[in-house]
Amino acid sequence: MAGTKQIQTLSVEASTEHLAEVRDFVAAHAENIGLNQKDISEIRLAVDEAYTNIIKHAYKNTPKEKVNIEIGSDSDHLWITLMDKGKSFDPSSYSEPDLMKRIKEKKRGGMGVYLIRKLMDQVQYNRKGHTNVIRMVKNL
Amino acid sequence: MKNFSIATRQKNNVTILDISGELDAHTASQLENALKSLIDDESYSIIVNCSSLDYIASAGLGVFMAYIEDVRSLGGDIKLTNMNDRVYNVFDLLGFPTLYDILEDEKEALTSFEN
Repeated sequence: MAGTKQIQTLSVEASTEHLAEVRDFVAAHAENIGLNQKDISEIRLAVDEAYTNIIKHAYKNTPKEKVNIEIGSDSDHLWITLMDKGKSFDPSSYSEPDLMKRIKEKKRGGMGVYLIRKLMDQVQYNRKGHTNVIRMVKNL
Repeated sequence: MKNFSIATRQKNNVTILDISGELDAHTASQLENALKSLIDDESYSIIVNCSSLDYIASAGLGVFMAYIEDVRSLGGDIKLTNMNDRVYNVFDLLGFPTLYDILEDEKEALTSFEN
């Protein structure tokens, strides 16, 4: 319905143990509003990559720290916001990963941000006080 | 609970890993340990059967990136088979199909190891 907003929130510790829970949380919302399987898969992967980056880069694997996740939608957009109080991490500075180079240099990772940009229509990063806010939007 | 598991099979001199469930930053270490122990055992011809793999995140792809060079330099390869469309799409977005042998099925992968 036009003008109707649905918002849900989840607060989880920054641990990869909760990855499946976080994916299922956003997938449930996406299913409820009737998105197709392709969109649901893309949203699951985008939130996984964003949350994994927070665990590894913002909090450097400190599982007691919290990540707050909000998912909302209206008739035109679905948005997911992840908030943490860790080290700032700007996903807007990214480039398409050179796979061959990374393999040769035995570097892995750094692909998450690229994937998020491919999967979602908009990605914004803001630091508000001590809080990092990543907002990802998918046009519906 | 980890929603990911690996079973290992052997066909001639090729090792086949049947992976199932969800491969993410939490479960990637299981695949990493499996590949490491194959390399330690000098099993360099490896097929990873993805028919029961429901989901993969970039942390899972990172494991394949970490070992492919070693395995190839030792005369072997890691070939991937039986991916569903959603899983293949993630590999494709990151450009894997040009660098990895991603094949329809196990038979095709076994044949390509013979050549």
